[in-house]
Amino acid sequence: MFGGLVANMTFGFLKVAMLFATVRAAGGTVQGYDVGSMSAYIWVSQGMLGSVNLHGRLDFSERIKNGDVAVDFLRPVNVQMATIATEVGKAVFALIPRGLPSVAIGALLVGMTMPTSPTAYVLGLVSLVIGITVSFSTVYLVAVAGFWLIETRGIQILYMVLSGFFAGLFVPIALFPDWLLALAEATPCPSMMMYPIDILTGRTTGGAAYGLVGVQLAWLAGTLLIGHLLTTAGRRKLEVQGG
Amino acid sequence: MTLTAETDAIPTRFAGYRAVLASRMRSQRSYRSNFVIDLASSGLVGLIELAEVWLLFHQVTVLGGLNFTQVLLVFGLADMCYSIADMVVGHCDTLPKYIREGTLDVFYLRPQPLLLQLMTSDISLRRLTRAGIGLTSLVIALCINDIHWSVAHVALLVLTIVCAIAIFSAMYIWAAGVQFFLIQGAEFTNAFVYGGRYAATQPAAVWSLPLKGLFGFVFPMALAAYVPALRLLDLPGPAGMPNWLAWCTPVAAVWMWGFALIMWRFGVRHYQGGGG
Amino acid sequence: MVDYIIETDGLTREFTRRGKGRETLRKTTLRAVDELRLLVGPGESVGYIGANGAGKSTTIKMLVGILVPTSGTVRTCGIDPHRERRRLAAQVGVVFGQRSQLWWDLPVRESFDILAAIHQLPGAAARSRSTELIEQLELTEFLATPVRQLSLGQRMRAEVAAALLHRPRLVILDEPTIGLDVLSKQRLREFLITERREHGTTLLLTTHDMGDIERLCERVLVVDHGRAVYDGSLDGLARAAGAERTLVLDFADATPDLTGIPHTTHLGSEVAGARQRLAFDSEMTTAATVLAAVGERAQLRDLSIEEPDIEDVVRRIYRASR
Repeated sequence: MFGGLVANMTFGFLKVAMLFATVRAAGGTVQGYDVGSMSAYIWVSQGMLGSVNLHGRLDFSERIKNGDVAVDFLRPVNVQMATIATEVGKAVFALIPRGLPSVAIGALLVGMTMPTSPTAYVLGLVSLVIGITVSFSTVYLVAVAGFWLIETRGIQILYMVLSGFFAGLFVPIALFPDWLLALAEATPCPSMMMYPIDILTGRTTGGAAYGLVGVQLAWLAGTLLIGHLLTTAGRRKLEVQGG
Repeated sequence: MTLTAETDAIPTRFAGYRAVLASRMRSQRSYRSNFVIDLASSGLVGLIELAEVWLLFHQVTVLGGLNFTQVLLVFGLADMCYSIADMVVGHCDTLPKYIREGTLDVFYLRPQPLLLQLMTSDISLRRLTRAGIGLTSLVIALCINDIHWSVAHVALLVLTIVCAIAIFSAMYIWAAGVQFFLIQGAEFTNAFVYGGRYAATQPAAVWSLPLKGLFGFVFPMALAAYVPALRLLDLPGPAGMPNWLAWCTPVAAVWMWGFALIMWRFGVRHYQGGGG
Repeated sequence: MVDYIIETDGLTREFTRRGKGRETLRKTTLRAVDELRLLVGPGESVGYIGANGAGKSTTIKMLVGILVPTSGTVRTCGIDPHRERRRLAAQVGVVFGQRSQLWWDLPVRESFDILAAIHQLPGAAARSRSTELIEQLELTEFLATPVRQLSLGQRMRAEVAAALLHRPRLVILDEPTIGLDVLSKQRLREFLITERREHGTTLLLTTHDMGDIERLCERVLVVDHGRAVYDGSLDGLARAAGAERTLVLDFADATPDLTGIPHTTHLGSEVAGARQRLAFDSEMTTAATVLAAVGERAQLRDLSIEEPDIEDVVRRIYRASR
């Protein structure tokens, strides 16, 4: 707990150093970020770190590997939904001990601008929960690939390396050059972290904010649908081949 | 016995370490597909870290007094030296597992110093690609920057590389020592080990006061790459920083190793005296 | 003056534990080993027994220098284990039943090679010793197999070979036969008997298996809460514990309960008396005498003798010492 907070703070301050210097070198604003909103981006992203799954690991993939998943299929619940719901529940709960302190410390020690309108907070929290869910519905896809692959470690590591980058963990994606931004937006990653941050910090408001939530929901629906199809196909493969 | 079949001479003191390391390297390469994935991912990690620096220079031309080609020198030095240290002693952060599984107790049964056994108990060849990214950045930076090469410049470069590897290695060692008495201390030490790597790739001029204290003095990350890079580029650096500071990396390395060995001793004492 | 292989006096080891939750500030001190005096001469074979948590592992860890005593002295092979751990390591071999000193992903043979290099064994000596161990422990068939693919019995034999490669004067075995099948146990015991006979190796072993003690040890040390409560011969242990041996008798036909035979206790009957169990006090009578008395009453078809269970002996010793 304490150790995690120290790590969060250290990385937060290092991000502050580089990104503030960038804002100042650019003459006070860079791509619409000033020092206050950059600070908000940094500390909210640090706070989300413990809840958004950017490492690609899921206990469920172990169950596919060792065959326990056959037992899960016997239960009268939707395996995909149950898995994702459990993980999202834990992750949302982790926001309290890990997320809130990060944001509070950042606000106190560095200062940040936060939105004044209550809708930003309400919509921001909705977007945050959707973002966490998208991260798990995507990681679920990595896990169910295990029905066909003997070892999913390769994709899991690929996810781990790329998701943080495209989710805007170290540099906000608004600072990306156009081609890289287009590439990032072609993945569900910005929906996991960048969009909730944009809404929560008041960078994106009004209709545009609803637009971002819409994009998030589309990614959520898409990843859930693919996950559902893969689960069904995997189950059939399991029943035909007996594991 | 294959290792000693040719001779009846007593193996040297280093034969044991060499045998362990050789076996570790063989076994990593024997899982070929896994090894390829690991090599690729570690190279990708290096590239993305470089991209994160480059992205900022996509927005501005100078950060902390350095332009991108100059920062590339800092990044290359820091990332290559860190990756080499990570490759050689990075496994020291698995010490809690060694303690839990009793591997550490087995070390006690062998006629070698504990710390040396731990350091040579594994080697992560997969980090080679990441070190390669660092090396490539370094070489490119050395070529495209306007460096007025002299004997002193070459000496400084070599000295910095050796000392920076020593500094990063020492970070892993003190962190391992702390694991003996801090339960779940890994997250805490990671803040400084991995945070330190991140800090070392930055131009330290951008740091706030607490960061200057932490990564300028306590864990002298600024000396691992940034300060020597300024000297190689003949840049003045932040106000108040003397030119000779670039030659102080050995002091930083000695300090870090002193600190690391004290923490290690402290940890081992605790293990033998209080834990169990 | 005898040069003892193990020499401890007043050996004590305490652990401080913090309470949990609200009690984190309250420390409790636990004495794992309490004023232990133990003298083991060269070539002796000592069984070290006691309940779980009685202090056996802590003692072993102090003997090899992993733990530092809280007070008291300990010398192993004449060496202070903590101060000169590395010099001692050349003279002691330890087999921990629960932790491996082999490299799990390497073939057995390679682990031996590495250990020979670590112990700086000269080529010829290492070769002849490993050949000897491989032969006696019957390791040939799986020498090229990675350790992780070995069965438990195979792995334990390889572990023992690994611990003995450098010809230690003292071999400490912590639960060496736990979980092993009968055949593996037997092989291991036979090997240790041979090793002791041929090299005069001193043995100290902890075990829950009475068979290990019977075959391997002429001396038994029982500890309870870190204190030695018995130190003497195996026969004496059973006597001190008052433990009885049990005859299991199978008869051709249903037989009335065999009560009233001198110095025996009828423990029970099964299958209408076709199988009966008689405990007898080996101090007062012999199995032959009992059998003669039984033979007068019924026609015996088969019999076996059950040795007292080690847990039972320890329990009795504990009860007697408290």
